[in-house]
Amino acid sequence: MTPPEQSSKTVTYREALREAHKEALQRDDRVFLMGEDVGYYGGTFAVSKGLIEEFGEERIRDTPLSESGFVGAGIGTALGGMRPIIEVMTVNFSMLAMDQVLNTAATLLHMSGGQFNVPIVIRMATGAGRQLGAQHSLSLENWYAHIPGLKVVTPATVDDARGMLWTALEDPDPVVIVEHAGLYNREGELTVDGESVDIDRARVHRSGEDVSLITYGINLFKCLDAADALKERGIDAEVVDLRALRPLDRETFVDSVRKTGRAVIVDDGWKTGGIGAELGMTLVEEAFYSLDAPIARVCRAEVPMPYAAHMEQAALPQVEQIVDSAQMLVKPNV
Amino acid sequence: MSDKPAVRMEKIDRERGHHLLHQMLRIRRMEERCADLYAQTKIRGFLHLYIGEEAVAVGVIDALDDDDAVLGTYREHGHALMKGLSAKEIMAEMYGKVEGCSRGRGGSMHLFSKERRFFGGHAIVGAGIPPTVGLALADKMQGRDRVTAGFMGDGSVAEGEFHESMNLAALWKVPALFCCENNFYAMGTALDRHQSQPDLHLKAASYGIPSMQVDGMDVLAVNHATRRAVEAIRNGEGPYFIEFLTYRFRAHSMFDPELYRDKSEVEKWKERDPIKNLSTYLRKRDLLTDDEYDELDKRARDEIEEAVKFAEEGNWEPVEELERFVYSERPDQES
Ligand SMILES: Cc1ncc(C[n+]2csc(CCOP(=O)(O)OP(=O)(O)O)c2C)c(N)n1
Ligand SMILES: [Mg+2]
Repeated sequence: MTPPEQSSKTVTYREALREAHKEALQRDDRVFLMGEDVGYYGGTFAVSKGLIEEFGEERIRDTPLSESGFVGAGIGTALGGMRPIIEVMTVNFSMLAMDQVLNTAATLLHMSGGQFNVPIVIRMATGAGRQLGAQHSLSLENWYAHIPGLKVVTPATVDDARGMLWTALEDPDPVVIVEHAGLYNREGELTVDGESVDIDRARVHRSGEDVSLITYGINLFKCLDAADALKERGIDAEVVDLRALRPLDRETFVDSVRKTGRAVIVDDGWKTGGIGAELGMTLVEEAFYSLDAPIARVCRAEVPMPYAAHMEQAALPQVEQIVDSAQMLVKPNV
Repeated sequence: MSDKPAVRMEKIDRERGHHLLHQMLRIRRMEERCADLYAQTKIRGFLHLYIGEEAVAVGVIDALDDDDAVLGTYREHGHALMKGLSAKEIMAEMYGKVEGCSRGRGGSMHLFSKERRFFGGHAIVGAGIPPTVGLALADKMQGRDRVTAGFMGDGSVAEGEFHESMNLAALWKVPALFCCENNFYAMGTALDRHQSQPDLHLKAASYGIPSMQVDGMDVLAVNHATRRAVEAIRNGEGPYFIEFLTYRFRAHSMFDPELYRDKSEVEKWKERDPIKNLSTYLRKRDLLTDDEYDELDKRARDEIEEAVKFAEEGNWEPVEELERFVYSERPDQES
């Protein structure tokens, strides 16, 4: 997949995002970043560190704690010809701006009969794993994925962290970029330096014949680890990274399951009403006759996230669960 | 601001007086016709009439330039008409016809026009205020000398978004004109039952925004105040807030039996009808004859009748187009 002659370098997910911001700000005067503590603080996750020195207060705009206010203002700037990147710290707080996203950003084009598109990019961190308790550990990307009019992308790799922002900025419609907070420090090989990538196709990260592990975001890496473990047990797993939850590239994961006949869906959110349900039902609709086993889901436990580390880990999808689920589908009697 | 020369109260001449009167009549006749059409079930959904409040939209929008932006609430027919949308495209929208200003996808509460810089039609109370700030911010960041006027009701002042937006607008000194139509009711809840401080302009003032309270039944006062505010905004002084004291003569929507107010209160306010108000003013100064009034009124009625005819003859968008305009159509990306 990777052209060998292309020089690759190791960067963190955070650095990849920062580079993407820098480049976008340099490339297009209409681009600006706005959110709580994106400026002098350097961004809650240090993504925008140093940018205010380079681009100034106007374009790296610190906002008050007014999620609905500045997301709505961002929508206004998009209508007024700018290309805003709005950082709402985390998905937990983004719910205070939900009305602006759902009822304004996602509806204006349709309600105006095609006249007013809203080219806004909204970034937020998601996910648990850092012992932050119930109010700071949510994974609610599927709430956004539920909304027609939005695009929702979940970069897992440094390539996607680097490349998706520009594609999102070029998109004429609202794009929500959901970054798992556990990924910022993760290093990876950057292979598409400076190039934008598509934001609407899933990617098969590892090809296999026996079972499809379908996931997005940070759980991509758990699935890749699970695939390694399964290999030792003689099970050949395919790993599909959805990359975007809306539009959902159904074709790629349906094709994968048509080939393997088995599916384990790994979803960072709660099971009930989650994106995993959408994936599973799609398989029932489109790959039913290819299925050799029931569809399995590995999701977050249905509890507000507890603080204690062991309890938190018990509530999150884990490699062993993915391995066991796949094993059950392939060789239930081993 | 007291050291700046205020915009002088305009000396009204015949032509100007007739113009403002005609604009109010256009809105009044359109709204009355909408009520009939609603009874005939030609117009469906929610319908919020602006009858009684015409002086605000007319006085404010008359003071704006064509390339200034306007954002309205769900009670925005009059604002759309004043901003230059045709009665035809507005009426067709209410009918749900494809010739409507939003292709029949918006309805009464969601009138839009890119060409006229009319940014809707917002039916979530308070939700139009943050985008008002943003539109103004975009102009400021791009060095464009334009004003964004955002309308809101007294009810929206209780929403968090109002307060977030006032803070942002003042902090960033954006060229926004906030027009609060205080008609003393949020649906059926009277002002003093939903606002701890019923002098709403004081709330904006507390954010450091120059604010005033104006008689919203007097189109000349509205127009004068708005010109002053717009001048200050164009001078780079940042946002401005005007609270217009006004009153809706009709029910909140077509489903409202008006249990919350006395008929006598409505009758009292009707004595201050903005159309009557201006007509009397002009007549007293020999600037309006009965014949002239009738002629203006007839023009308004004829325009609305033509609009109704246009809407009647309009077409339904083919159902095959249902899923259009969820995302932008990009000719380069045919899927
Ligand atoms: C966020 C929200 N809450 C409730 C409603 C239902 N609602 C529609 S209009 C209205 C009253 C608004 O009053 P005001 O802002 O004074 O405007 P007016 O109708 O008087 O013009 C309410 C409660 C809504 N549309 N949006
Ligand atoms: Mg009101």
